[in-house]
Parts: sequence; structure tokens; C-alpha cells
Amino acid sequence: MEQKTVVLGVIGSDVHAVGNRILDYAFTQAGFKVINIGVLATQEEFIHSAIETNAEALLVSSLYGHGEMDCRGLREKCQETGIGKIIMYVGGNLVVGKQDFESVKERFLAMGFDRVYPPGTLPDTPIEDLRKDLGMTID
Amino acid sequence: MQAVLLIDFGSTYTKVTIVDLESENIVGTARAGTTIETNIMDGMNSALAQIPEPGGGWNFIRKLACSSAAGGLKMIASGLVKELTAEAARRAALGAGARVLEVFSYELTQKDLDRIIVSKPDILLLAGGTDGGNREVILKNAEMLSTLPVGLPVVIAGNKAVSDQAADILRKRHTPVVIADNVMPELGVLSVESARLAIREVYLTHIIQAKGLDKAEEFLERIMMPTPSAVLSAAELLAQGYGSEPGMGELIIVDVGGATTDVHSIAKGDPSKPSVMLKGLPEPYVKRTVEGDLGMRYSSEALVETAGKPLMDNLGWTNDQVLDQLSLYKEDPWRIPQTAEEAKFDVAMGLMAVGLAVDRHVGRIEVVYTPFGASYVQNGKDLTPLAVVIGTGGVLLHHSDPLEILRGAVFNPQEPTILKPQDPSFYLDKEYILAAMGLLREVSPQVALRIMKKYMVKL
Repeated sequence: MEQKTVVLGVIGSDVHAVGNRILDYAFTQAGFKVINIGVLATQEEFIHSAIETNAEALLVSSLYGHGEMDCRGLREKCQETGIGKIIMYVGGNLVVGKQDFESVKERFLAMGFDRVYPPGTLPDTPIEDLRKDLGMTID
Repeated sequence: MQAVLLIDFGSTYTKVTIVDLESENIVGTARAGTTIETNIMDGMNSALAQIPEPGGGWNFIRKLACSSAAGGLKMIASGLVKELTAEAARRAALGAGARVLEVFSYELTQKDLDRIIVSKPDILLLAGGTDGGNREVILKNAEMLSTLPVGLPVVIAGNKAVSDQAADILRKRHTPVVIADNVMPELGVLSVESARLAIREVYLTHIIQAKGLDKAEEFLERIMMPTPSAVLSAAELLAQGYGSEPGMGELIIVDVGGATTDVHSIAKGDPSKPSVMLKGLPEPYVKRTVEGDLGMRYSSEALVETAGKPLMDNLGWTNDQVLDQLSLYKEDPWRIPQTAEEAKFDVAMGLMAVGLAVDRHVGRIEVVYTPFGASYVQNGKDLTPLAVVIGTGGVLLHHSDPLEILRGAVFNPQEPTILKPQDPSFYLDKEYILAAMGLLREVSPQVALRIMKKYMVKL
């Protein structure tokens, strides 16, 4: 099967590099071609990278609590640039303080993300989900 | 004497340099107006006649030339995303010594095609998509280009998965169509060497003839390359050294011209301070930028407009005085300042041209405040530790105080985010030999290097 490409990055003024490397490793091991744009990634970098590499999904991390601000408008920009249907996942410490995850999830789904992951999610979960969403699972 | 004749057919002047390989000296240099309309050799011969011939006449062992006559090598580049493959394509064309007329991104439109028809490029460079990445846009653009009413040489340097397919489409209309390696094989990886070589090959096999420069090849061995490539090649040799002969180390060459100001840097430009993160496209070690709005004569109006208030403050002139001076240059682009006031204007303009051109060439450092303190992000080359700045080009060479103008290349503490050299030494290419030495490098790199080291004058 042709290798599927994903764009991975930590959005906004966020410099958490460790989780980013772990995800890069895990998705690569799982057979994906990972375009890792690293930390301090802007929405435009996610989109431009996806366009050039024909990526199937954007994997957005945010660890510093400002995820809601940084992710707003990403889906709309994708639509504007012709990749409106691209799969978008987001995960990490998306908001400040101890907020109820269900409400956080609702907000990010409303922003156009396909899946939202709480803190402490292991890479296996999004990898499995992505295989499912891309129709790669044989069952 | 082992004389080598080196010629630069420029847009305005044909410059002749004669070198003795044995003594490693410049025997003579001269220039005369370029005669592209009649026979390009007329201008060369009248330049050559100015250098006193030795007793037995000239006996050149090699005769080589570069050219930027007849508009130079004009190119249009096209890529997918403006900041990614379109930018990579632009850099590849600049690195090949081209004048880049336009850079298109995303799908070409009918309007873009009209621009191509009007501006008549010599070569088109078609990029788009990383290897295995986007394929639709480069194929669509190939389709669009195959509807052009004229055939042009095309170099394809995009997604390798569809290069052959794109070439087949283009060959219906265009010839030659050459496939090079992708200018951006992986996201964020710049790979311009293969495209550069392909452009040079097309230049040698097709463009020289199309421009009527092949007349010169009856007398010369061959026109080797566009002049800017020769300058870049000389710059690289001068920086890196050759064999056991050391070079001058990382350097910048600023060429202040009547129409453009060109900046060449031979430097890695890695962060000079610890814990700085790099962003954006990686920078080529040999980098050339051309600023079309920063020229001293043909584009002097644009320069005044771009420089704006700092120029006026520096000069202390009124608007009318500036306009009067500009109209003098419009009447006679080769005017040499007649009075002290005029010379002052030239210095102020030159300082601005050098300053802005180097500003745009070098990288930026930005402070990003995160919840964990400040972080530094660098975009482009950090040239703050760079030790050598070399000036060349008609404007600097004929100026009484080139150092004053070249100081524009220095780091400005008021703009600490612009990573210009902090404490460089300045040199002048006094005999105007850089392009010739780029040619001589093809014959004897060692001699070319030694001559450059000997003839660059420290200011």
C-alpha cells in the first residue's frame, strides 16, 4: 500500500519538543511518512506543508494552554486553500486550568477538528484512529 | 607569457581582462560599449585594442567569455506554494545567474501566460510538489504552458513522480524540455544544484545562439556562462580556497549597479549564539539576491522611493532638489557627479542601496515569548560574525569614497534583529576582475584564486 503522508507540528508559541519527537517516531514506526514541522509552527506552515506534500492529515499538538486561540480558523484556512477536507487531529494540554474535557472536545470539534485527544493519550490511539479514518484497517 | 583572454559581454560594456598564467598577473583590463545590434565582436575588438600588444602580438592560450548582454539570462519560475517550491525555484534560477522576471505560484492562469508572452523569458523553470507530494498542480501547469503560442526551453524540477509525464505534455509545444532533480525533494530541503546545471546546459546549447552571441564563438572558444554565475563562482573560490592555497573565508560581495544591487554571500549563516531555533527554508551556502528597485541610475527613482525618509534625513535636501538630481540621471544614466553636492547625493544613495540590499539578503532573529521564557527564532542567514565584505560594480569603482557606501552592509544596533556583519573588513574589486576570475577558475583555479587575493584592495 502507498505510504500515507501526515504533517506533524506543535502549534503557536509553543516550544514543547519532546512529545513532538515521540509522535514523530511513533507515526514513522507505524508506517506513515511524517512531515515534522517541529515546534513554533504556524497555521500557514501546517497548510503549506500539506499542500506541497499532498498530506492526508494534520496532527496538531499544543501543550501550553493556548491551543484554543492558536487553532481557531485552521479549518477555514484549509478550505480557503483547497485542502478543506483534510483530516485534522489535535491533542495535548489544549486549555488552561482544570476544565471538563468533554466541553473542551466539543469546542475543538466545532472548530472543525475530526478528533480531539486529552492529556496523557498514548500515540497508539491516534495511530489506530488514523488508520481507521483513512480506510487502512483490514477488518 | 601564457596569456589568457577573458571577456565579459555586459549589458552596457564589454570588459576585457588579460591574465598571464605564469606570472599570475593581470596584464591589462579595458572596456568598450557592447555592440549586440551589429556584431558583438566589434565592441570586444575595440576594448582589446586599448591594451598595448606585446612585440610578437597576442598569443592567447585560452579565450573564454561570459555574458549578460541582450538582457542576460531571463527566466520565469513557477512553483506550488509561494514560500516553498516557488521560492526554491526562484533561488535555483538566481543561483544559475538568471534575471528572474516573475515567479508564479499555484495554478497558472491565462493572465500568467499573457505575462510570459509579453516578458519573453529565455527559459522557464517549472517546479511544484515535493517528491511523492502534490502532482496535480505541476501537471496542470504543464498543460497550461503547452497552450502558449511560442515554444520555449523548459527545465522541470518538481515532484519526480510526475516529471516524465509533465515533460511529455510540455514537449508537444516546447523544446528542449529538460528534467532536473526536484528543487525541494523533501519539505524544507532545498536542492538547487541539479536545476542549476540543467539551466546552464540549456543556456550553453540554446540561449547563446538565440541571442546572436554565437558569433563570438567563432573567435572565442566558447561563452561559458552568464556573468552572474561567473561572479558567484569566483566568490565561492575566493571564500573556500583551492588545494593548499587558503581562501579569505566566508564573505559577502556587494555589486552596486545602475539598475540593480546584487548581493552574493558565501557563508553557512548558522546561528552565532546558542539555543537559537531555525525556521523557514534552509539557506544555500552560495546565495545570490538581486534587488531590482535598488539601482543607482536606471532605477534611481525606485531607490529614492524605497529608501524614503532615512535618505532624505541623511541628505538634508528638499524634495525638489532630489527630483532635479533624479532628472539629471534620467537624461544621462552614465553621469558622473560634477559637484560636491552631487557626490553627496551619490554617497547617500549608494549607502541606502547597499544597506537595503544586504538587509534583504541576510536573516532575521526574532524573540518569541513563551510561558517558559524567551526563545529565539532565526529565519535566513546569520552573518553577524562574517569578516569580509567585498564591493564591486561600476558605481563603487568610479566613486571617490567606496568605503563610505559599503558601510551600509554593517550591522545596525538600532535594528538588532537584522543579522548583518558586525565588524567586517572591507575590500574593493578595484580592477573589476571578479567575473573574469570566475571564468579563469575553469582553466586554473589556483591562479584565479591567487590573482583575486592579490588584486582585492583592502579599504
